[in-house]
Amino acid sequence: MSKKSFVSKNVENLKPSGIRRFFDVAAQMEDVISLGVGEPDFVTPWNFIEQSFHSLEQGYTSYTENAGMIELRKEISTYLHGNFQLDYDPAEQVIVTVGASQAIDLALRAVVEPGDEVIVVEPSFVAYVPTVSLAGGTPVTIQAEADNEFKLTAEAIEEAVTPRTKAIMLCNPNNPTGTFLTKEELEPIAEVIEKYDLVALSDEIYAELTYDASYTSFPSLAGMKERTILISGFSKAFAMTGWRLGYAAGPPDLIAAMVKIHQYTMMCAPTMAQHAALEAMKNGRPSVRDMFESYKQRRNFIVTSLNEMGLDCPNPGGAFYAFPSIKATGLSSAEFAEQLLHEEQVAVVPGDVFGESGEGYIRCSYATSLKQLDKAMDRMKRFVESRTPKR
Amino acid sequence: MTPLKETEIQVLKIIEKNANLGVAKIAKMMGRSEKEIQQVIYDLEDKKAILGYSTLIDWAKVVEHEEVTAMVDVKVTPARGVGFDKVAERIYRFPEVKAVYLMSGAYDLSVTVNGKTMMDIGKFISEKLSALDSVLSTTTHFVLKRYKHDGFILEDDDEDDKRIVVSP
Ligand SMILES: Cc1ncc(COP(=O)(O)O)c(C=O)c1O
Repeated sequence: MSKKSFVSKNVENLKPSGIRRFFDVAAQMEDVISLGVGEPDFVTPWNFIEQSFHSLEQGYTSYTENAGMIELRKEISTYLHGNFQLDYDPAEQVIVTVGASQAIDLALRAVVEPGDEVIVVEPSFVAYVPTVSLAGGTPVTIQAEADNEFKLTAEAIEEAVTPRTKAIMLCNPNNPTGTFLTKEELEPIAEVIEKYDLVALSDEIYAELTYDASYTSFPSLAGMKERTILISGFSKAFAMTGWRLGYAAGPPDLIAAMVKIHQYTMMCAPTMAQHAALEAMKNGRPSVRDMFESYKQRRNFIVTSLNEMGLDCPNPGGAFYAFPSIKATGLSSAEFAEQLLHEEQVAVVPGDVFGESGEGYIRCSYATSLKQLDKAMDRMKRFVESRTPKR
Repeated sequence: MTPLKETEIQVLKIIEKNANLGVAKIAKMMGRSEKEIQQVIYDLEDKKAILGYSTLIDWAKVVEHEEVTAMVDVKVTPARGVGFDKVAERIYRFPEVKAVYLMSGAYDLSVTVNGKTMMDIGKFISEKLSALDSVLSTTTHFVLKRYKHDGFILEDDDEDDKRIVVSP
């Protein structure tokens, strides 16, 4: 008699992560240059680390308020005002979370009723679809079009909306495509969201990493603040992935709902990380600026190199990912990534793990030193030449 | 002095960290043509904003290499009309002298001297440096170990990438 599984149907039905599978192969190999990493190569700036040491020496080792230390929420509120002209009351409209990841989870659980549909725009960050399912919602995916540089359009949303649509996940700049939407491109999106009375969950974790134009935060658009949960965190621009610290800001009732879940399931975000984040907010500007400059230089470098080797790659406006087409090689995304890994020891992520419209593309993270990038580009060029017919 | 252009400053920031990149790579990083960047570098050299290209070497790694460094605090009498500049020049012309700075505080000039041995440096200080008319006194400190030099940490064996190979 076969043993019955105790695992819930809901979890069993979640698709295994395509990234995970690829990671297992790459991790076994030696001398791999990885362009598969979705986090900064920089170590957290020393003053943030030192502040965390200091807080521990002072004995700050207990829980904080559920929503996070009020000093930190105040700094986040000031930061959102200074950088994006947003006004959020730190006492009622900001929650500090365990990474943006937890903010996404809380936001969805706070908003979604069983059977509600949530629109996810693919290619997307891999956590959105499963997190919607775990919250009891039904993910409905939109495939952003490569011909339009993977930009979401108002028309695409209109097509996906049904009477059961409750919310939409937005990500600007986007992981994995690096696609950046300007104010003019966001405005029509805001209009349909208002028209169908949807909640917007706006993941702006890469907001600081936009290279060519100024950033417009989604809730700053007319009518959006009262229906948007802004999600962000310290992982990317502040190089703090391992600290697990993020935050959300939004209408008081939605933030209160998120705090309610948070207090029962998490209590609070790590205290020592909150102290480091406080320093990041107060004195992090110069370090953030330096890292920004490096990312921008590397982006220019990798995009030029990819195009030179014959992989068509539009200039990504933000984040730290290039998303070139590999169609010229005649390979599928998975074949390209696997063969490149085995023949040249360069790890990239096949685009299809981020959604079906990612097929024919690969994600190359340029959060890697220029020296490594340079080597990776040489290896990749050799690989692409071996796969494309001589012209 | 005319203020530098944004592109010029960017080039300086890039090559300050790594002078070995070469024009082609710098051009790619900045999204400019090689010709343009080459011209920017020539201009910066002409303006003496770029003084030269040296390599930071950890000579402690080279067993054959014998070298001692001393930092010497020097008190001097400034000369009428030209202040410290003339004295400084008399000092920095010696090839043994690697750096000279005018300082605020307890002494006037900070002089960095390199030599093969402590004896050599002692000889230089007593016979050349202290012998200058305008030098009133010297205090010599020998460098025992370098931990960080010009922004570079010397024995950083902890530089390997600690990230997992593939992540979302
Ligand atoms: C778009 C996006 N959102 C959220 C996250 C999660 O970030 P955190 O480390 O803050 O949980 C990531 C990380 O890769 C991401 O790319």
